[in-house]
Amino acid sequence: MAKVPDFLLHHDGDSVAVANDDLQPGTLEGLSVKEQTKHTAVLNHAIPLGHKFALKDHAEGEAIIKYGIKVGIASQPIKKGDYVHTHNMRSYRWEASRA
Amino acid sequence: MGSKPRLTGYRRPDGTMGIRNHVIILPVDDLSNAAAEAVAKVVPGTLALPHGYGRLQFGEDLELTFRTLIGTGLNGNVAAVVVIGIEPKWTERVAAGIAKSGKPVASFSIEGKGDLQVIADAARVAQIFLQDASEITREPATEGDLIMSIKCGESDTTSGLGSCPTTSEAVDRWVAAGGTVFFGETSELTGGEHLIADRCIDDACRALFQKTYDNYIKVIESTGANLLGSQPTQGNIAGGLTTIEEKALGNIAKTGSVPVVGVLAPAEAPDRKKPGLYFMDTSSAAAECVTLMAAAGAVVHLFPTGQGNVIGNPIEPVLKLTANKKTAASMKEHIDLDVSGLLRQEYNLTKAGDMMMEVIERTVNGRLCAAEALGHREYTFTKLYISA
Repeated sequence: MAKVPDFLLHHDGDSVAVANDDLQPGTLEGLSVKEQTKHTAVLNHAIPLGHKFALKDHAEGEAIIKYGIKVGIASQPIKKGDYVHTHNMRSYRWEASRA
Repeated sequence: MGSKPRLTGYRRPDGTMGIRNHVIILPVDDLSNAAAEAVAKVVPGTLALPHGYGRLQFGEDLELTFRTLIGTGLNGNVAAVVVIGIEPKWTERVAAGIAKSGKPVASFSIEGKGDLQVIADAARVAQIFLQDASEITREPATEGDLIMSIKCGESDTTSGLGSCPTTSEAVDRWVAAGGTVFFGETSELTGGEHLIADRCIDDACRALFQKTYDNYIKVIESTGANLLGSQPTQGNIAGGLTTIEEKALGNIAKTGSVPVVGVLAPAEAPDRKKPGLYFMDTSSAAAECVTLMAAAGAVVHLFPTGQGNVIGNPIEPVLKLTANKKTAASMKEHIDLDVSGLLRQEYNLTKAGDMMMEVIERTVNGRLCAAEALGHREYTFTKLYISA
């Protein structure tokens, strides 16, 4: 059986990917679910299964893309490979909803 | 593929069908829960549906409570109903609403008699209803006879990657075979509501969808509250979901690819002659949403979960699936289908859909799902505003 991907992204072009297991920092192999394209990435932090990391640098206020759609904005600058969650990402629809 | 299930169900006098054969003891109000539960103790095999509302409600909020109570009785999974309320007027209104289906219905009110007399009278009728229901046998059924509902809970990122797309496969197959499916969770479309609007079958449907969505969101946004921790929930956040938009896209990933043929008010039954995928205006809270969908006639529910929601419903089997391997292991007793292999690339979505259809078929045909076996019977009303 082929190796289980370390991370998954919904679409090629998404700016974040999802950990497919508890991950340690380092070089990882991933897969885009829609296009079945192989990806590689370097993770900067340990993150648990299901949590996200950045596939590119994001400036503060920049759109975070998942499913090929804007799902939030960076609430502070995010570096490629960084853990992405409520500490550095927020809703753009519900302005009051922030950590 | 062998994916077309062989289905059976119980035919009711009004032509609707169900997959369970419950005799329910239905309290109209919170005050009548004790008597209803006592009847179900005296006549084991009947099912009491205690809940917290039904007094001094008014206007649209009261209408929704009536629609929920009557709709529960009309559900195809219900064979007969004993209605118990504190006073006769509202009690008889609920009983009359159910009786138009031709099902056996009896009503009892407590004022002027007391609990003990009502329990004795109601138990005598409940016993007969139960014995009569036990003679109703299963008949062949089609997808068109059995309404399915979908709603996810304690979602995480694995929901959008695995359990919701698997549900989506089942939705498309059910509708293609002539079935009807409900989805809801109005607030959890935020950020992807345009995707649903685009799938509405015509302009009238689209306009009603947009109006329904806008009204609900207006209520939420008018509070000005920080919703982080409520929507997304603490469980969603623990599972890696950060924003309502991210959660919504996972939610929408379970709704199939078929058009949205109609928009329903909470607990509103669809036109039986117009099958397909319906959006229902509901809360995203699991027990409230499933209660409303069951009251609109849904007889089997698909519930994708990430971090592990344990919800059930008294009359509608709630089937749970997860693509989170940790949840599948740590909460095994709650999970009817583990599709974590999808994320490990062990099989594709078509295969996951086949696995889902097999579980649905077995559940339809009588196998108890995990929530039924564990006694999860959350019967939770949606309240629109304060009582008078």
